[in-house]
Amino acid sequence: MKAVCWRGAKDVRVENVPDPKILNPRDAIVKITSTAICGSDLHLYDGFIPSMMSGDIMGHEFMGEIVELGSGVKNLSIGDRVVVPFTISCGNCYSCKTAQWSLCDNSNPNAFMAEALYGYSAAGLFGYSHIFGGYAGGQAEYARVPFADVGLYKVPEGLTDDQVLFLTDIFPTGYMAAENCNIKPGDTVAIWGCGPVGQFAIRSAFLLGAERVIAIDRFPDRLKMAKEQAGATEVINYEEVDAGEALKEMTGGRGPDSCIDAVGMEAHGTGPDYLYDQVKQAVRLETDRPTALRQVMVACGKGGTVSIPGVYGGFLDKMPFGAAFNKGLTMKMGQTHVHKYLDPLMRHIQNGDIDPSFVITHRISIDEAPQAYETFKHKKDNCIKVVIKL
Amino acid sequence: MKAVCWHGTNDVRVDNVPDPTILNPRDAILKVTATTICGSDLHIYDGYIPSMVPGDIIGHEFIGEIVETGREVKKLKRGDRVVVSSMVSCGQCRYCQHQEWSLCDNSNPKGALQEPLFGFSTSGIYGYSHLFGGYAGAQAEYVRIPFADYGAVKIPDGLTDEQALPISDAFPTGFMGADLCDIKRGDIIAVWGCGPVGQFTIRSAYMLGAERVIAIDRVPERLKMAREQSGAETINYEEVDAGEALKEMTGGRGPDACIDAVGLEAHGMGFMGAYDEVKQAVKLSLDRPHVIRQMILACRKGGTLSIMGVYAGFLDKMPMGAAFNKGLTFKMGQMFGQKYMPMLLDRAVKGEIDPSFVFTHQMPLDQASQAYETFKHKKDNCIKVVLKP
Amino acid sequence: METESDKTNQSQSQGDATVSDTERWASIVGGSAMVLMGLKQRSLRGILTAIAGGSLAYHGATTDKSLQEKVTDATGINKAIKVEKTVTINRSAEDLYNYWHNFENLPTFMKHVKSVQVLDLRRSHWVANAPMGQTIEWNADLINDQPNQLIAWASEEGAEVDNSGFVRFQPAPGDRGTEVKVVMEYNVPGGMLTATIAKLFGEEPEQQIGDELRRFKQLMETGEIATTEGQSRGQ
Repeated sequence: MKAVCWRGAKDVRVENVPDPKILNPRDAIVKITSTAICGSDLHLYDGFIPSMMSGDIMGHEFMGEIVELGSGVKNLSIGDRVVVPFTISCGNCYSCKTAQWSLCDNSNPNAFMAEALYGYSAAGLFGYSHIFGGYAGGQAEYARVPFADVGLYKVPEGLTDDQVLFLTDIFPTGYMAAENCNIKPGDTVAIWGCGPVGQFAIRSAFLLGAERVIAIDRFPDRLKMAKEQAGATEVINYEEVDAGEALKEMTGGRGPDSCIDAVGMEAHGTGPDYLYDQVKQAVRLETDRPTALRQVMVACGKGGTVSIPGVYGGFLDKMPFGAAFNKGLTMKMGQTHVHKYLDPLMRHIQNGDIDPSFVITHRISIDEAPQAYETFKHKKDNCIKVVIKL
Repeated sequence: MKAVCWHGTNDVRVDNVPDPTILNPRDAILKVTATTICGSDLHIYDGYIPSMVPGDIIGHEFIGEIVETGREVKKLKRGDRVVVSSMVSCGQCRYCQHQEWSLCDNSNPKGALQEPLFGFSTSGIYGYSHLFGGYAGAQAEYVRIPFADYGAVKIPDGLTDEQALPISDAFPTGFMGADLCDIKRGDIIAVWGCGPVGQFTIRSAYMLGAERVIAIDRVPERLKMAREQSGAETINYEEVDAGEALKEMTGGRGPDACIDAVGLEAHGMGFMGAYDEVKQAVKLSLDRPHVIRQMILACRKGGTLSIMGVYAGFLDKMPMGAAFNKGLTFKMGQMFGQKYMPMLLDRAVKGEIDPSFVFTHQMPLDQASQAYETFKHKKDNCIKVVLKP
Repeated sequence: METESDKTNQSQSQGDATVSDTERWASIVGGSAMVLMGLKQRSLRGILTAIAGGSLAYHGATTDKSLQEKVTDATGINKAIKVEKTVTINRSAEDLYNYWHNFENLPTFMKHVKSVQVLDLRRSHWVANAPMGQTIEWNADLINDQPNQLIAWASEEGAEVDNSGFVRFQPAPGDRGTEVKVVMEYNVPGGMLTATIAKLFGEEPEQQIGDELRRFKQLMETGEIATTEGQSRGQ
């Protein structure tokens, strides 16, 4: 089959690889119909995530049709049309049983690696380095899905791929980011980053009752989408004004009640701390560039909540914990518990509360994937979200 | 009057200064009957807290007797014996009314100093630098209490000075540290630091229903107090790897919540410890974040970090990748003293706890500079000193 | 209060019938503290066999206790590899005990063990993979067996790999499942290179036992062991 393989930093290729096989009783094989490139794939593309190996198949946002089932899967049938959560969860452990699906105890075969780095291992992820299990990803014609009986989610009749594809990651990710803000009536939520996750965080904050949502980015097309499609109350271009000052003014001097960092480790900044990070990152003293997170911690109102759906992999420097401590902030973070959100978000889609396909700007064939990574990375051609059609 | 004044790093002296006067209608003047040195005073003593000015009176944990009240003070009168929260809070702003007393909008006259650093200004603190208002502290014979109706709480009959004194700061700080963990049935709580705040944190965690509390320190007499007086299991991090030991002691799961009762002068082992000391010496980084790093790695997935040790500036080498991938929740803040003080006084009166157990030394105020040295170097097994003016 | 070593000495000298079997075991394997921390420089095997010597459940013991201690001392405690690992599994202690108790199941999740053959109620024959395609074999004695709580074993005297240990099953607080703790000790036998035994049980015995426990957890919770071996990838 064809698959998008990682060959090194800024080097992905479409190659012919062997088709996947059932390896465990609870596995399924899915013939992929749509698969997307995620912002977090760019962290892999840029070489910031350790433990990638040449030849690894990428991709973790995919859906398709079941073509083969392991002997242990009883609740699905061949031919079912399904979406696949990007987190692999067993459904049996304490974490899964308490709906903390992305913290699954059992799905990472390389748990010892994650333990060495993080103390404890969370769930395995599709196509996201060997620390997270080394599972082959979904930017391919077929994929093996472990624990398919709890992972695969059947798509109801009458919905297109484009409408449901993002249930695999970015819609639940944006939703959980907003849910972590514990939004109360009257609340103002500020969201850094108007990429796809940011767009869904904006919509989700409204679904959860926010009074106002203020979106922050530097790309006019993304800010336009935030305002016109996702419905942000106001937008701030941080290259034009100081985002912290602007937010303070826009919130009666109180600051936002909660802030979401939907940017993650490759944030772009304008100040001196940004240059400091670039230098340190270049010499590998620091793995991540946390400009957005620093701004979020300083801009958030007292007693507020900072919600972090943006992926961080390693260590961060110059974190303003003095600000966080003295303002009594709550910080919530984590990979998305996708399984938990599939039912409620599918209902929102069926009810017409949201059509997630609004973020798609590019539809391509798998052969065009390497070029699409470049387009997406440099945000050329106003690229916001790329979907590969198979 | 006599007062403990800061004159520079490792230099505090008992000076004669003018007595405090009523400056605002809601002020009161307190005759201090007992005060104590808080672990966070050592951050000042060691010169890690910016915006101190030579001559500043320090101290923020104290009790005493009201000797004068401003015309708008309604609940207190001359002669009342009170314990005072170390946080100055107005009682009227949105934060005070939501019991988030240390986030008060109105009590920091120098809030503008904080805004560049923190984004927003927080409450004033007695004797804790100009960043926190520049209020004269309470290691003195007298102290001015702004917004006295909301800061001072009457001490019920039957409590000694030593029993009431920790309710000014150390006990509510420890209690809030445990309260932020949202303790549920079966939870195992790990507490870094067995100083006075750590001791109260351990006791509070049990009060709030913890199944087990594991305390981490390196000073044998503090670990002994944690075991024998506070009832914790203990780990000496100089003898074993604290993270590994915690994993083994919690069935491989990790503690459900980790509480930092150490703060910015944590001592660390190994490379990271050395890295921090070098950076701190050259002022690249204000805080030694060893404890937070360790807590992030040691905490169970989906667990909570509660940060009560005082942090002032920026932290480097934070393993946020670990925090993110384990889906941790961070909770932190200066303590909401007034929220907890009446309840803690009540527990002390009922005999659920005798807060005086943390005191190992009593000295006259005149010997304050000696007391700072003894406390800082943990000489003579010093855990907490009462200073009597 | 009686200390652990008092109890041990007591059972060693007289097999004191007033101290119950359970209490005697609890003194070494009970509680939540790290077992090996309490053990310090002493031999796990010595303690296990000493307690077992006073155990009513352990009929027909042929081991001379004092000799056993001498052998342990002679092999050199300082050369012993001691490992302690704990995992929490979301199943009942009964289920976990029952699976483990059938030793022939163990190779399913213990990668270094090729096979286990149960010889009788007490003895079993173990075959482990050694470097360069070789195998090492030994017989092990069940020295304590408390249903749903504890299984302790020691290799028979003279075994090529002198090893002993126990696995304990204890309910975790707050409905979190069952805590499974494994404590093991390998003594480097005369003539066998430390490096060889290190390879046999992994360069990092802690990690190896940890991985095995994790696979046990995966198997008991999900019915299978998570894997990527054999999946697709670019050549």
